[in-house]
Amino acid sequence: MRLTLHVWRQQGPNDQGRLERYEANDVSEHMSFLEMLDVINERLTEDGEEPIAFEHDCREGICGSCGMMINGVPHGPKTMTTACQLHMRSFKDGDEIWIEPWRATAFPVIKDLVVDRSGFDRIIQSGGYVSVRTGSAPDGNAIPIPKEDADAAFDAATCIGCGACVAACPNASAMLFTSAKVAHLGLVPQGQTERWDRVRGMVETHDDEGFGNCTNHGACQEACPKGISLDYIAQLNRDLIKATLKAKPVGAGKDA
Amino acid sequence: MRRVATLYRTTVGKKVLMAVSGVVLFSFVFAHMLGNLKMLFPASDGHFAMDVYAEYLREIGYPLLPHGGVLWIARLVLLAAVGTHIWSALQLAQLSRAARPSGYQKEDSLSLSYASRTMRWGGVILLLFVIYHLLHFTTGQAHSSFVAGAVHQNYVNAFQDPGIFLVYLIAQTALCFHLYHGAWSFFQTLGLSHPKYNHLRRPFAAGFAFVVFVGFLMPPTLVLAGVIS
Repeated sequence: MRLTLHVWRQQGPNDQGRLERYEANDVSEHMSFLEMLDVINERLTEDGEEPIAFEHDCREGICGSCGMMINGVPHGPKTMTTACQLHMRSFKDGDEIWIEPWRATAFPVIKDLVVDRSGFDRIIQSGGYVSVRTGSAPDGNAIPIPKEDADAAFDAATCIGCGACVAACPNASAMLFTSAKVAHLGLVPQGQTERWDRVRGMVETHDDEGFGNCTNHGACQEACPKGISLDYIAQLNRDLIKATLKAKPVGAGKDA
Repeated sequence: MRRVATLYRTTVGKKVLMAVSGVVLFSFVFAHMLGNLKMLFPASDGHFAMDVYAEYLREIGYPLLPHGGVLWIARLVLLAAVGTHIWSALQLAQLSRAARPSGYQKEDSLSLSYASRTMRWGGVILLLFVIYHLLHFTTGQAHSSFVAGAVHQNYVNAFQDPGIFLVYLIAQTALCFHLYHGAWSFFQTLGLSHPKYNHLRRPFAAGFAFVVFVGFLMPPTLVLAGVIS
């Protein structure tokens, strides 16, 4: 296959950045998208040029490292598929492909296609934990959990934090990510102790990080390689409303 | 009160205000549409059904409340709802712009519905329309032959002009799209979500928008066609 690539090149956070054109000949349709970039990078390195920087780790669709806009769609044209699991057979000979980094104030570009997603880490830090009894290991299955709740929590927990939802959202909102993190602990008994603090803390951090608001377009849900549902955002909204109205003043006694 | 203020500080809280004020406006729009259907009823004892209804709106609650009391309360509530709706919209739009200052060079096929993409500008069209509409049928400055209190007559005179009909057609189309995305967003924002009923939310929004569209446009169409005079 012969392809023409337009790749976002940006030397560092303060560089303005620009799209550069690369011709990719001899692309096999069996290559993954990242392998195709590897081949380009090898050529660039041999030519003494700076290779294209992109994030990758597991290359099996579970770590959430890789992520880039491919022709204006996060992770490219295939639904429920990360960029590393996208194969070149999804493209045709002679195609032009635009590759850009995620764009959001909260995701500043570090270099080329690599963005700083530590905002996600800070959202998790502000509520993604549960209190447990330390000491001897608890009995397995000691806490009964209804099957539907366990399933819904697990579905939320499949979020790999890749950032595609933010990239797809016209408001650069991270509500799908945040709601998945809120739901995955909030749906199980172990997560009840911090349930209301968690949703308040995570939404506050979400806003402080500079992510936008959710206007219910649903682009995030389509972009999500793990198929996280918009329903979790409804649940986050419900939990936040409840949490705020339930909040007790600091130091309140039992009648407060 | 502090709790409400805490909620408002978050983006979700601003959206809740958006949704709650939106529901007030929804209900008004629906009631207004039902009221307009009075144009379809025949006159009795020499009084047009619409004029009787308009008079009734001024008298609701009398003598407990003064003449026009409920009408003025409704107007104040609506004004507050419109103000809240616009204020939240401006704040949220500003936050969104700040969150994504530069777009993508190649933007493609992210499935945004026409209704959801046009909420902001559609809202501006609706605001301009509401101002025009008040000058047209409430105060009469924008009406060529306005007679205070003669609602039926004002209505018929206006919609015999195809130009006026076109203005209202455009406004109703904008309203229809706005309601479609608004009604669905309302459920989502207030967290009214349940696996058993979630699949009904989009159809409900579509049905609601469609009913309002048809309900509002049926009487003017009949006026234009010469059926109502």
